[in-house]
Amino acid sequence: MLDREQVRKVALLARLQITPEEEAKLALDLGNILDYIRQLNELDTQAVPPTNRALETVNVSRPDQLSICDQREAILQAGPAVEGDFFRVPKIL
Amino acid sequence: MTSAPLEYEAVIGLETHCQLRTATKIFCACATEFGSVPNTQVCPVCMGYPGVLPVLNQKVLEYAVKAGLALNCQIAAQSKFDRKQYFYPDLPKNYQISQYDLPIAYQGSLEISDPADPQRSKRIGITRLHMEEDAGKLVHGGSERLAGSTYSLADYNRAGVPLVEIVSEPDLRSGAEAAEYAQELRRVLRYLGVSDGNMQEGSLRCDVNISVRPRGQATFGTKVEIKNMNSFNAIQRAIEYEIERQISALEQGEAIVQETRLWDDARQQTLSMRVKEGSSDYRYFPEPDLAPICLGTEVLDQWRSDLPELPAAKRRRYQEVLGLSAYDTRVLTDDLEVAQFFEATVAAGAPPKAAANWITQDISAHLNREKLKLADLSLTPTALAEMIQLIEGGVISNAAGKEILPDLLTQGGSPKDLVAQKGLGQVSDPLVLQEVIARVLTDNPRELEQYRGGKTKLLGFFVGQVMKATGGRADPKLTNELLRTSLAAAVAQS
Repeated sequence: MLDREQVRKVALLARLQITPEEEAKLALDLGNILDYIRQLNELDTQAVPPTNRALETVNVSRPDQLSICDQREAILQAGPAVEGDFFRVPKIL
Repeated sequence: MTSAPLEYEAVIGLETHCQLRTATKIFCACATEFGSVPNTQVCPVCMGYPGVLPVLNQKVLEYAVKAGLALNCQIAAQSKFDRKQYFYPDLPKNYQISQYDLPIAYQGSLEISDPADPQRSKRIGITRLHMEEDAGKLVHGGSERLAGSTYSLADYNRAGVPLVEIVSEPDLRSGAEAAEYAQELRRVLRYLGVSDGNMQEGSLRCDVNISVRPRGQATFGTKVEIKNMNSFNAIQRAIEYEIERQISALEQGEAIVQETRLWDDARQQTLSMRVKEGSSDYRYFPEPDLAPICLGTEVLDQWRSDLPELPAAKRRRYQEVLGLSAYDTRVLTDDLEVAQFFEATVAAGAPPKAAANWITQDISAHLNREKLKLADLSLTPTALAEMIQLIEGGVISNAAGKEILPDLLTQGGSPKDLVAQKGLGQVSDPLVLQEVIARVLTDNPRELEQYRGGKTKLLGFFVGQVMKATGGRADPKLTNELLRTSLAAAVAQS
């Protein structure tokens, strides 16, 4: 089970606004998901390395070569608000 | 009852963010140039569009590993990138790609000279060095100041610019030591050519962790973080201010609050910056879009062999092998460009001490006065060596050297030609000098009489007269010798 305090903390970190009713429901749903995953604890995974990635590639890199993106205007216009050359965003302290 | 006043010591560690000097960003092909028109160096990758694939810039890896090697670090056999989650408008993806538990380099050290005694050195531990991307830049309501603005303007040209973060052990004990550490770190990175370390443009940024404790106490006091210092001087003064503030708080029985404080350069003090609780919960997890890094010994050996002579080794060599003073050594090695100019001058045949003197005195004075760099000068190391050899060989006087230097600095050319052109060759022909001496003795009968009477310190006067008569070009050593002989003869005659 997840308590409502934990649900509120996760919501805050994810910047989600949730109602008290949603809190109760999410506590139950998320708790169930965690319980489901917790079944894995029955297995001894001491000797198993963590799987961070599905593909086993290493050392993928690219040369330091400049390529100018021609989508500047489209990228700017896709922002919620634009002022001159800038994106206009809410002031955050 | 009174107790003896406690003696305190400060415990200081630095976190330094340093921009790597690459042409493109860490995970995409956008430019990294400083000061461009806002949002002209952006693309779907650094703007965090869905479905894009970041790919690591080879140069970033190479530069980070070289910096790690230069800082005597272990290079990780296995390294990876992680996502650090936080919401702030300067971060287009709402996470920063950084390295968490497997940094590319760890457990190193940096040797600095002890500011209290420059002859001694001190090793500062390096905890770790990792690669990460920079965030964008926010301009608040038309100015850089937060207060009073109602919205912010975001420029993402800097988002995705490659950084290394270098974390020191809490081995520093004073503001002066911390400033020295930061300067030495910058010197190393500049020698490597991996960063320009320009603090004004933000390519080198230092955050300080600092606590104080009664001397002898093993545990650390509560630590405070200080940010926003944009010069080495500000680092030193911010720390000195903070040490005083913390000690006086403790002496008044107040507890130190663990917090982040900002250095206010105008007011010369640190101010508390309130940060919301829980904001440090970054929920790191492995970055699924970037492959892990496992460097083979071959590439590591290659990069290790690419490392140049580093500042500490250079300082040791200048003092122990070239016999230079601690002061000359410091001035010459501070900037790699100066050290290289000096070494090229010595390689072209100038004695080290003479080359050091000309570079640290007359040439440096000229550079400071004209606000120039060595590369702006027309003077080449070869020409400087030639001029020094003319002086050492007695062809011209030191004064003549100073006379032709301004032309060499601004016009360039050959010192030999200039000497010939200006008729500055030293007079070292004994016959010519004898003639001058004879004339000087005839022209100054009163002084000659006094000399005969035993006032032998008038020798200096006669040397001066010969110099005057030759426009300072008489060979001083030969003049002395010849004058002594002539005066002895004059005394014997009487």
